[in-house]
Amino acid sequence: MNFFELTYDILPALLKGTVVTLELTACSISLGFVLGIALALGRLYGNRPISAFSSGYIQFFRGTPLLVQLFILYYGLPRYDIRLSSFVAGILGLGLNSAAYQAEYFRGAIQSISRGQMMAARAIGMSRFKTIMNIILPQALRIVIPSWSNELIYTLKYSSVAYMIAAPELMAQGKFIAAENFRYFEVFLVVAFIYLVAVLIVSRALNVVEKRVRIPGLQMAQ
Amino acid sequence: MSVNQGITLKVENIHKTYGREKVLQGISFEVKKGETKVIIGPSGTGKSTLLRCVNRLTIPDAGRIWLDGTEITHPRTDINKVRQSIGMVFQDFNLFSHLSALDNVRIGLIKVKKMVKGEATEEAMRHLARVGLEDKAAAYPAELSGGQQQRVSIARALAMGPKLMLFDEPTSALDPELIGEVLKVMRDLAESGMTMVVVSHEMGFARSVCNEIVFIENGVIVEQGPPEVLFEDPQHQRTRQFLFKITELYGKSERK
Repeated sequence: MNFFELTYDILPALLKGTVVTLELTACSISLGFVLGIALALGRLYGNRPISAFSSGYIQFFRGTPLLVQLFILYYGLPRYDIRLSSFVAGILGLGLNSAAYQAEYFRGAIQSISRGQMMAARAIGMSRFKTIMNIILPQALRIVIPSWSNELIYTLKYSSVAYMIAAPELMAQGKFIAAENFRYFEVFLVVAFIYLVAVLIVSRALNVVEKRVRIPGLQMAQ
Repeated sequence: MSVNQGITLKVENIHKTYGREKVLQGISFEVKKGETKVIIGPSGTGKSTLLRCVNRLTIPDAGRIWLDGTEITHPRTDINKVRQSIGMVFQDFNLFSHLSALDNVRIGLIKVKKMVKGEATEEAMRHLARVGLEDKAAAYPAELSGGQQQRVSIARALAMGPKLMLFDEPTSALDPELIGEVLKVMRDLAESGMTMVVVSHEMGFARSVCNEIVFIENGVIVEQGPPEVLFEDPQHQRTRQFLFKITELYGKSERK
């Protein structure tokens, strides 16, 4: 069987894994997005306990390996009768981890916005909360897109770690197939190629989004 | 406070200290309805701090401030409500950089005053027209000149229907040829009866528009009075020196 016949043969199974990879990525990046914004706001605008909690969270998840976090969720929690499916544990692990990184990106973007923006909004009688929702976040979210794209790409690639907790994603499918036909080189070459295509599509899509929401004069101050 | 009829703003014995630096050391003054007051003084004497105390962007350590009989400095005063009645114009404009000129003026009407969109648009356009910028409604701040940005920021403040307008060095960040258009808007505003407190060293504007000049130095009012008195017959040597210096710098007559 030559390389192309092999590829044709294993592609359906790998694409099935790809779907799982994309689901895993989409769910965990979304979870990380919501949580990341909350953590960044908590760290910047929260009172002492909230700010301290946010910092602690970010420290913990950035300071420990993703794989360890996944193992705690998947293999550790059953001790307390919390049994997560490998898919859910994967989303949770990747999402909680990504939240820490996204929080730092959001914090950087928010801090690059001039203090005058907050002052001007408060001066027309806008509450702090409304100012954050209507003035600060819309600017921060635009500014953050380039660095946030990196996080999405990382998450897409690091979702492969979820094969270690038996989530049936692209990497796991590749491992499974290769273990049967012993053609590790070709199989993982195809796997790598699929990741590459996915990454290229995602970064192109984000470029389009960035251009679409672009506002003259609004970018990360360098 | 009905005893103080005709007084829009009353500032009483304001103190503010940053660290060890006593920025304001007991400032008191009143602004009558329809009056324009110009505050002058060397940089770092607390002029901006004083303006920010008036709408509580800065909280004074001591002293009290009333707007139309409502005590702004009272802790139970709903400051977001009061701020709608006090327009503020900043030195560096501070237009919301992700919003068009129209949206900059409209956002307060929609989000703060809860106006419906159509009504808010009409109102916002009226104020953009007032500062001569209705044709720039769709432009973003970065696409406007400094003078145009400052005029939009004046429209943004006016749209909220303020009783009092504060101007914090509104022309200091502008290229000389753009100062005139902003001063013209301010002059029209003063002539239409708006109550204004202006921190500025534009002496031409002060002479021709304002009712009183307040000279502040080292956190205290050195002297205050009508411009002709301060210019022709100041009581303090320091006032004379300072006025002489800024007149030399900024010129005597108003820039057009």
